[in-house]
Amino acid sequence: MGHMKLQINGEIRGISAVSNVRELLKVLGISESQVAVEINGTIIRRADWESTQIADLDKVEIVQFVGGG
Amino acid sequence: MTYSHEKDFLSLGGRTFRSRLLVGTGKYATFPLMKEALEKSEAEIVTVAVRRVNLNRSAESLLDYIDTRRFTVLPNTAGCYTADDAIRTACLGREAGLSNWVKLEVIGNEKTLFPDTEALLSATRTLVKEGFVVLPYTNDDPIMARKLQDAGAAAVMPLGAPIGSGMGIQNPANIRIILESATVPVIVDAGVGTASDASVAMELGCDAVLMNTGIAGAQDPVAMAEAMKLAVRAGRLAFKAGRIAQKLYASASSPLQGISQ
Repeated sequence: MGHMKLQINGEIRGISAVSNVRELLKVLGISESQVAVEINGTIIRRADWESTQIADLDKVEIVQFVGGG
Repeated sequence: MTYSHEKDFLSLGGRTFRSRLLVGTGKYATFPLMKEALEKSEAEIVTVAVRRVNLNRSAESLLDYIDTRRFTVLPNTAGCYTADDAIRTACLGREAGLSNWVKLEVIGNEKTLFPDTEALLSATRTLVKEGFVVLPYTNDDPIMARKLQDAGAAAVMPLGAPIGSGMGIQNPANIRIILESATVPVIVDAGVGTASDASVAMELGCDAVLMNTGIAGAQDPVAMAEAMKLAVRAGRLAFKAGRIAQKLYASASSPLQGISQ
């Protein structure tokens, strides 16, 4: 299986090649519930996680809820 | 007719709530302590922030400690300094939480954390068009409160004092003027330091109070959560009961006639 490089949350990371958002979360060990994902500045709706392709050098943001006021 | 707490609901964003206390989830030493304080507060709406997932360690998730059947999770846009940033964060929060409610903050200055109300109004307009229930954190300016209301905000949330300052309601006169022309709920957001501050906000006629540091920063957050719950309820009761007018001189409580000589 190949590898790919992504910029995830501001950090360049090499990971096993993935083809879509759902696979990316799995490879990163991130629970699917209660996160939001943005690829190259576009928010990817949950329903589109499987159909949205990930390419080498994509800029990925993954956010979740933390304590706040 | 006697006021009944049981029948007094907060109507907000098309929903009704029993509690008029909204609480934040930041600054707690531990998640279990936060959970206990949230429960003790009997709040039904809790605010959260939207931040990057930490990829290098598997930290516990905040939401493991918030029963989402009991609490409505209200994402904020804290830390955003432009309308665009706030809009983006609101959209991320909507995706993460699958709810279209947002506590909208556009900060204008990092020392005061005062809102940039020009950008706030612009972001409110955009998000209302996008179908959000927008709850904007604003300053205590009645003109801006009216503009936010006209832009479709579901509430206006003037600060009592700077965020985390614990200074209480610095300008009760302005809050009263905001209340006079408000057709949406007015929620004092920020500045509450202790129970009496929350009571003052409610006695002025505010619909609710939102606080975080006042509870989370107390030496015993669980006890302060209970104090705030009672203070909000007491203030609301006093407002509904209708206080006496303030006078300079005494008015005897006991009869002046029939004093034994």
